[in-house]
Amino acid sequence: MQAVYPLVFSAALFCVGVYGVLSRRNAVLVLMSVELMLASVTINLVAFGAILGAGADPLLTGQVFALFVMAVAAAEVGVGLAIVLLLYRNRASVNIDDADLMKY
Amino acid sequence: MTAQDIGMLLVAVVGTASALLVVASRNVVHSALYLVIALLSVAATFLLLGAEFLAWAQVLVYVGAVVVLILFGLMLTRAPIGPTAQGNELGRALPMGVSIALFGFLATVIFLAYPTTDIALAPTTTAALGSVLYVHWAFPFMVLGFFLTVSLIGAIILARKEEGEGPDPYADAVTEVPVPAESDTTGDPTPVGR
Amino acid sequence: MSEFAWLIPAVMALSALTILLFGKRMPRHGAEVGILALGVAFVLSVLVAVEVFSANVAAVAEVEEAHSVQSVWEVGGREVTLVVDAAEGGEAAEIPAGVHEFRLEQSTELSPIGGGFSIEAGTRIDGLTAMMFLLVSFVSLMVHVYSTGYMHGDPRYTWYFTLLSVFTFSMLLLVIANNLLMVVMGWELVGVCSFLLIGFWWEEKANSDAAIKALLTTKLGDVGLMVGVVGLWSEFGTFNITRIYEGVAAGDFDQGLLTFSLLALFIGAVGKSAQFPLHTWLPDAMAGPTPVSALIHAATMVTAGVFLIARLYPVYQASPTTLTVIAIIGVITLFAMGLLALVQDDVKRVLAYSTISQLGYMVAALAFSYTAGIFHLFAHGFFKALLFLGAGSLIHAVHSNNMSDMGGLRKPMPVTFATFVIGSAALAAIPPLAGFWSKDEVLAGAFGAGGYSGTLVTVLGGLGGMITAFYMARVLWLVFAGEFRGNGHPHESPAAMKWPLVVLAVPAALIGFVNLPFDFAHPRGFAAWTMFDLAYFEGHPVEFNLLLALGTTLLALLGIAAATAIYRRRAAVANDPMLRLGLFTQVLQNKYYLDQLYMGVIVRPLRDRVAPAAYWFNDHVLDRIVNLAGAGAVGLGRVTYRTVDQRGIDGVVNGIGSTANYTGNLLKFAQSGNVQLYAGALFVGVFVLGVLFAVA
Repeated sequence: MQAVYPLVFSAALFCVGVYGVLSRRNAVLVLMSVELMLASVTINLVAFGAILGAGADPLLTGQVFALFVMAVAAAEVGVGLAIVLLLYRNRASVNIDDADLMKY
Repeated sequence: MTAQDIGMLLVAVVGTASALLVVASRNVVHSALYLVIALLSVAATFLLLGAEFLAWAQVLVYVGAVVVLILFGLMLTRAPIGPTAQGNELGRALPMGVSIALFGFLATVIFLAYPTTDIALAPTTTAALGSVLYVHWAFPFMVLGFFLTVSLIGAIILARKEEGEGPDPYADAVTEVPVPAESDTTGDPTPVGR
Repeated sequence: MSEFAWLIPAVMALSALTILLFGKRMPRHGAEVGILALGVAFVLSVLVAVEVFSANVAAVAEVEEAHSVQSVWEVGGREVTLVVDAAEGGEAAEIPAGVHEFRLEQSTELSPIGGGFSIEAGTRIDGLTAMMFLLVSFVSLMVHVYSTGYMHGDPRYTWYFTLLSVFTFSMLLLVIANNLLMVVMGWELVGVCSFLLIGFWWEEKANSDAAIKALLTTKLGDVGLMVGVVGLWSEFGTFNITRIYEGVAAGDFDQGLLTFSLLALFIGAVGKSAQFPLHTWLPDAMAGPTPVSALIHAATMVTAGVFLIARLYPVYQASPTTLTVIAIIGVITLFAMGLLALVQDDVKRVLAYSTISQLGYMVAALAFSYTAGIFHLFAHGFFKALLFLGAGSLIHAVHSNNMSDMGGLRKPMPVTFATFVIGSAALAAIPPLAGFWSKDEVLAGAFGAGGYSGTLVTVLGGLGGMITAFYMARVLWLVFAGEFRGNGHPHESPAAMKWPLVVLAVPAALIGFVNLPFDFAHPRGFAAWTMFDLAYFEGHPVEFNLLLALGTTLLALLGIAAATAIYRRRAAVANDPMLRLGLFTQVLQNKYYLDQLYMGVIVRPLRDRVAPAAYWFNDHVLDRIVNLAGAGAVGLGRVTYRTVDQRGIDGVVNGIGSTANYTGNLLKFAQSGNVQLYAGALFVGVFVLGVLFAVA
């Protein structure tokens, strides 16, 4: 297939994830958007690994890296949700707009 | 236009649409469910690119674990049931502008850099991936495992409840089965605590 | 021996210091130190004089031998003279090589660290110096011995002897100097000592006034001295006297500048040697103790001016104009001052005016002949000192200076009488006493020179001799003859005062014989002894003019006879006719109104107009300028503080702060606390960077 398609797809997912990070009110939804971004990154990695081909890349760097990213993303979601829970416990709200104590 | 092309296009469309729904939906639980679809389409993309193990891992980890985790998080944080307004202080102009600009830029760069490149369908067997993973990437793999353990422990420490910590969001939770409030019946020596 | 001649002033300086520091504790209160030191100085002076004089005589003998003449001034009937003096005639004889007068110069150069103008401290021993040593040390010794009697019991006895030693040292320093700076040093020092000694009894205001008058009048002359010294330096480039001689002999100098410098130097001599018109201080200086008058104002300090002219004799010879001026001033002095002595009642004043008059003789003599002037200085020193000490003896006996309180003192004070008569006769130039030979040489020299000034000097000098004889005879009659007009019982002075009189009478009588104007003695005598430069040796005697000598003697005897005639009668003594000569007496008693003139023209305007004006100027103008400068500085400070510091600098500093504050206030909005805003900014940055990387 054309290399463009997975790459553009990944770009689209990334940008949608950016939109979600910037515009959603609920902290958990922001975490979901971050997950989208991370997924797009894994697609990108695998796509480039496939573009290179197994011959040029005997170590399968692209896919291995994508695996790592996936693992890290999962860990990150766990920790991130722990933080959101703490935030909820302390402020009784997951509204990001309410978490502006570091204001001037 | 080969079969992969069509399949890729389809998956891309579905995936992008569901991603858009994730970020645009007014119901948070709906967002989570749409997220499932988006991640599944990502898994499909992996398949189309020939990374079968990764596709499987994607479904397992993301859909199976991460989304469940997110749903639990939504539950524990009393996510509102039903549609709610989801706009934040920033409004929509900045996020829209940034993401569109970014998408435009990235697309331009991609189209300029890989206009005619073809990806051959060459599935990577799990065995091949495994042999590479456990031989050449052994050390980072160990580190990864360690890292996961650490983050797990971290998450537990962060989220456990300490004594005397902040207002209890569950203070008004009902912890007992409510008893119908009738007049005093005789012969009932045990007072019903409320 | 002459190498040690510098010891002579040095021993006097040491004695001064010793008396100052330890005198009070000594048994005779310091007088013994002074007399001992002076004895040593006198002995050394005699030894030096013997050496110098014999060397000079030997030099003259060698010259005579070289020219095979028996006496220098006769070569085949022609007169040959070695002198270059314009006043003398004849040819100059050649001085053979290797023959020179005695001259010993020792000097060290004093230069400041780092180079620059250097001065020398040095001594010059020659005939003139040796003669002055003898005069100064001998007279000073006599005065020291005399003072132990005269000043006995004075509360400041030790200080008196200190001052006498300092004075003697200063005079010897002046005499021994080989450069003009040291001469000026000695000159000023003797001036200071004179001031201190005249005002010795300063408890009386009149005495301190007299001291100030003396100091200021001589200071006026000293201005001339300094100008003259600097003038000579600028002409010849040196203060050293020998080199100035050489400069003059070389002939390469500016005549105008030389004459100007010499006239200025002469003004210094006019002040110090009490010539007209700066003579007014000397009579008033008689307020000091009489031994001081004898030492300073008769024999030594006042001769410093004459000494200066003699020392610079070759230089003066190069300027005939100056010599004429010198002669004129000298002759005015000798005549006018002699007249003033006629109407004085105070015996010291008579002697003071007499001294001024004799100084006039010396100064006028130097205009024509070196030896004549010097010889009169030498002889006069002895007999005038004798007369003053005798007057002191009289004053001590009678407790008053005035002759109207004296009279008939011949019997009670025979020694004083005898020595006073010898002194007076010497002063009146009665042969064969010293004064005759010296005064006669002066007049002969002037007569021989001829010309207007020479004739004037001869005539007035002769008349002055008559006046001198008259007033000295007057003194003798008023003091020693007749009846005692005062109170108490006068008696002869104690031994300490008697013996110096006797000792001084000897040279007063006999010193003339060292310089007889006759052929057999002259070239090897005083003229040879005191010559300082063989080229100026006056081998030719001031020609002994028998007629002139007889004439002057006659005039003197005439004067004595007149005085005798007037004062023999008792009535005249009680009612002095000299004081009743109307206008003549009045003018003389007011000293030609010179004191009033100076007071009115110089002193009063300065003291009452100029000085207060200067003070007002200082107070109102100068001080105002200074205060204005201060106020200006204060104002400037204030302006600087307000505008520059408060507004300017503080404005800048505060401005920086407030600018930071302002921009901070603007920038703080970036810290909204909104995480999504931060993330948005981050993505915008990523986008920008990405574009940049893609494009570049």
